[in-house]
Amino acid sequence: MTTKDTKVHEGKATSAGCAVSTDALSWTLSDGVIELALHRAPCNELGSASLEELEKFATALQRMQPDAYALIIYSELKPGFCAGADLRELYQRSQAMEKAAAAKGVRDFLERIHRVLNLIDAAPLTTIAAVHGVTFGGGFELALACDLIIADKMTRFCFPELRLGLIPGFGGIPRLKRDLGNAVVRDLLLTGRSINATKAQQIGLVSQLVGEGEALGAARATAAQLGKFDRATAAAAKKFIKPIPHEELRQEMDLFCELFARPAVEAGLRKFVESSDAQPYLP
Amino acid sequence: MKTADQTLDEILTLAAAHFKVPREKLRPDDDMFKTLGIDSLQTLDLLTKLENHFQVELPDYELQGVSDFRTLAGKIQARL
Repeated sequence: MTTKDTKVHEGKATSAGCAVSTDALSWTLSDGVIELALHRAPCNELGSASLEELEKFATALQRMQPDAYALIIYSELKPGFCAGADLRELYQRSQAMEKAAAAKGVRDFLERIHRVLNLIDAAPLTTIAAVHGVTFGGGFELALACDLIIADKMTRFCFPELRLGLIPGFGGIPRLKRDLGNAVVRDLLLTGRSINATKAQQIGLVSQLVGEGEALGAARATAAQLGKFDRATAAAAKKFIKPIPHEELRQEMDLFCELFARPAVEAGLRKFVESSDAQPYLP
Repeated sequence: MKTADQTLDEILTLAAAHFKVPREKLRPDDDMFKTLGIDSLQTLDLLTKLENHFQVELPDYELQGVSDFRTLAGKIQARL
């Protein structure tokens, strides 16, 4: 594994494994299990810097795949797994550009994050999102790219995008529809409400519900079980049952970009960014 | 079936324990955000605690405009 980029603070590679840490992420490969830890305060908001680091991870993932059978993604931060897109950065960047340039910037960002999430979605190893706390918007979409979601009982899932005049843009709608069906998507998308992990398990989104702070431990135990199986068989089974909904992903991206051009979105983002409300994460 | 007073009391006890505030400092008509000193992410934490404790589902949009414990208790009581 290369660790030549200047943003990589530390890294080591051996035949048995490796460890890399960047500003927003760190990952390790040990005994066939890759662990990707998110640690950008306050709640792993996904902006351009985080995306760049996720792209580095995606490149590394492709290199590590032959030596791995499982990937666990988790957050090291107390508030939650990931609060979604960095709306402050999105607003500030769009304000600093002409409308056409801002629209192009948004589409470029979406194209790049879709590439990363599609790689995780289709990776020939079993992927586990070990989540807790806030798992909103793009964070929810990252979890949905994984094969299994293991949630602690304090987790909340939400698609809050309609509050801003938008829809999820990182592939959340097609992936949730693929996994659970249209009715669940409509409920979460059209109400913008958040649901807790118990409800998420009841509807089939969460495969294991565990106590507070126990998601990573449960994910590691699950990964240990996965290691008992033939990797090629597991990869073939996954490929058979988990197709990437490419056409709908493209349509979602197009619709997001169309909606993003409307003045209502700018107003919604401004309201969020400038809010002194105690409840900006509540509808 | 819990009474409204029982629900309110359990909310106050649970909030005090979760946010490490002395129970006696919390009163039913207090502004939750000021008294507990919590932000919106912590409010979601409280909502999850309450949903798990009372085994109810309380859509977060129902919390819009709710600032005191008594009103919150009423919302939960309506779903018990």
